[in-house]
Amino acid sequence: MFEIIRKSLNTGVVTTRYPTIPAEVSSRARGRPEIDWANWKDARPATAICPTGAISHQDSDGQRVAKLDLGKCVFCGLCADVDKAIRITNKCEFATRRRDDLLTRASYNLKPDGTHERMVSGPAVGRDATGAPAEGVASAQRESSEALGEQIKERASKLLGRSLHIREVDAGSCNGCEIEIVGLTNPIYDVERFGIHFVASPRHADMLLVTGPVTRNMELALRKTYDAMPAPRLVVAVGACGCSGGIFGVNYASRGGIDAVIPVDLYIPGCPPNPHALLHGILMAMERLK
Amino acid sequence: MNVLPSVIPILADVQQRFNGRIDAVRSTHPNEIYFHAQMDLVPGFSGHLYKKWNARLVSVFGDDAREKENVFHLYYVYALDAAHAFFILRVPVPPEKPEFTSLTNAIPAANWQEREIQDLFGLKLVGHPNPRRCALHDDWPEVYPLRKDFDLRTELAPFQGERHKFRTVEGEGVFQVAVGPVHAGIIEPGHFLFSVAGEPVLYLQLRLFYVHKGTEKLFESLPVTHGVRLAESISGDSSFAHATAFCHAVERAVDVEAPLRARALRTACLELERIYNHLADIGAICTDVAFVTANMHAMRLKERVLRVNEQLTGNRLLRGMACLGGVRFDWDAEQLRALADLVNELEPELNSLVELIRGSSSTRDRLETTGVLRPEVARDLGVVGIAGRASGFDHDLRRDFPHAFYDQVQFTVPVFTEGDVQRRMAIRREEIYQSFSILRQVLEKFPSGQIRAKLDEVPPDRAALGYVEGWRGEIFHWIRTAPGNRVGRCKVKDPSLQNWPALSEAILGNIVPDFPVVNKSFNLSYSGTDR
Repeated sequence: MFEIIRKSLNTGVVTTRYPTIPAEVSSRARGRPEIDWANWKDARPATAICPTGAISHQDSDGQRVAKLDLGKCVFCGLCADVDKAIRITNKCEFATRRRDDLLTRASYNLKPDGTHERMVSGPAVGRDATGAPAEGVASAQRESSEALGEQIKERASKLLGRSLHIREVDAGSCNGCEIEIVGLTNPIYDVERFGIHFVASPRHADMLLVTGPVTRNMELALRKTYDAMPAPRLVVAVGACGCSGGIFGVNYASRGGIDAVIPVDLYIPGCPPNPHALLHGILMAMERLK
Repeated sequence: MNVLPSVIPILADVQQRFNGRIDAVRSTHPNEIYFHAQMDLVPGFSGHLYKKWNARLVSVFGDDAREKENVFHLYYVYALDAAHAFFILRVPVPPEKPEFTSLTNAIPAANWQEREIQDLFGLKLVGHPNPRRCALHDDWPEVYPLRKDFDLRTELAPFQGERHKFRTVEGEGVFQVAVGPVHAGIIEPGHFLFSVAGEPVLYLQLRLFYVHKGTEKLFESLPVTHGVRLAESISGDSSFAHATAFCHAVERAVDVEAPLRARALRTACLELERIYNHLADIGAICTDVAFVTANMHAMRLKERVLRVNEQLTGNRLLRGMACLGGVRFDWDAEQLRALADLVNELEPELNSLVELIRGSSSTRDRLETTGVLRPEVARDLGVVGIAGRASGFDHDLRRDFPHAFYDQVQFTVPVFTEGDVQRRMAIRREEIYQSFSILRQVLEKFPSGQIRAKLDEVPPDRAALGYVEGWRGEIFHWIRTAPGNRVGRCKVKDPSLQNWPALSEAILGNIVPDFPVVNKSFNLSYSGTDR
């Protein structure tokens, strides 16, 4: 017993002060890809190399509509290898309440050689040409870590005075998201400091944290778990597969994203989202419980 | 024929023993030899390799070759560890008579894999002691997903009905405890049905494949480069090992070898994956016997490794690092220092954690003699990896089939014979120390040069076996290439598929409250099994 206490004292406090400080991610971490929309010349190489279809384009009548879907992105960074207009940042917090907010679109005039020019409409029209603050992503950005930290300070008693019980359901994931969700309970991230607690039964839960894709074999179990929860209840879809079906998409054994089966209140993209991103998303969803 | 010297006598013996019954022998690599024969040779061939050459069956799978050759092919992959080679027996199954003979009575290790072929290819098993459905739940419609005429995007109606026809266990005072698929903890889904009399477990039935995602079928629809990313999502905790096994298979199929520096980087990543998973498991085993403090320290160390992973590869789970022909990112001096610092820092931390656990007699009391998997059972079931090595089944691809940089470093493979939870934890502890040593040697010998060999197009109709010793055990990816830079078949063999039946054996006679710790000591992947 003495040894246990001595080791704990020697170790000291290791818990992060996030979200009052920014996310502690490496400068080399691969987070959100940012496209220089206004100066983007050709969507084809990135579309071809993207393993999940997060970057895609459609051509018709001399027009090209190019799309970036962060809900499908697995943050491999391959697109930036083939396209100089795409930059990989280390930003990891971009949970959104609406699935559409993870999408960014831009349309261009198509040139005969297959490249495109002159953005007709898109995120950066009338703004600076860096293209970074995209239409949908902007809303996520407003709720970036620092802003959220401020909000929490302001309403600390309100937010932290309440506890949130989470039931986690793996509806078909590869277990990658689970590794990071378990990470939330380690002494570094320690979600219990926010009154957040993982519970064993959906009957005790305020929030369902679901990873996907929802397999055909887990669909019923997921519905039953959801039905067993008392209202009000929140559903958070975690990871690329949870948001959209990810690389698995929809197939004979997979139904795709969580919202194909139960209504989702918040999407946390990532493959997997790191504990900062998860915490950011969960705290964002908590406001919703008011 | 280009084969390893150690293989020549075995090859001569096999050819003489089955004179005239083997249609063709060819070697695609010095350690990968294919035998073409008819179905009736399978039992004799297997028996001979098992008895005379101490072989073990590591994978059985099907392939729909009806388009070109108008047959289904079955492949039986045997590892000859002492000769460092794989013998692969290929037999045809005519579509007019879609059935095959079971090996399970002689080789129990084949049990689930044979049933999986039956489910996914619609080939009927003959002579199997338990030919119930395995990969597809009972009330799935009559579809055979891995047949070529089945479309990946087929829409099936939502599942309803019966999952599994469980066997009934009867007797005075016997009752059933059903658990899952949604569990109390943050783990993957699966269903366990315990039959208990009082406290001890009489019988445990497993119902898995809840997270079957059509992965093998999906491989066939993707360009090979995308296949690497899909391989990363087979089992999240083995992202790098699975992706590397897939890359290894493709590289062997096109005869490209990753440069030495890439192999060193692969070995470093594989060992990092091993370290963070072993640390997590040691902690989790302690939690399951109520020693939470130890888990908190273990999780703290794991987090330290994940952050270094992120610094080294851009992703905490090492995703995005693997690529065909090598690895995607080289490490500069700063990153190499970060890795060296990690090893130097973790070693005393682990010593201290080990002392902490050793000092807890109640923990030891719960772990010793709990969940014993006897060596003879482990051998029969072909249990691989850490679970096998804790039960005296001494196999490690890193040593027996050196891949990546493992032929350039020295290490020992810890083996225990007691087969209880305590030993499965001890294996992990010892392996982490070995991993430290391997990482130090990699850093010391870190070769210069390219990190990626050129690998553009994959020619069709090549077959190759890729293999990697992941942290959990041996991972195989067998591929057959198809036109258009694609694979026509990718068989994924995660060690978990082999090891799950062993859990049912290890739990017998134990009490239900000990199940979580026994299960955790195996820590098998559901997603890797179900795919």
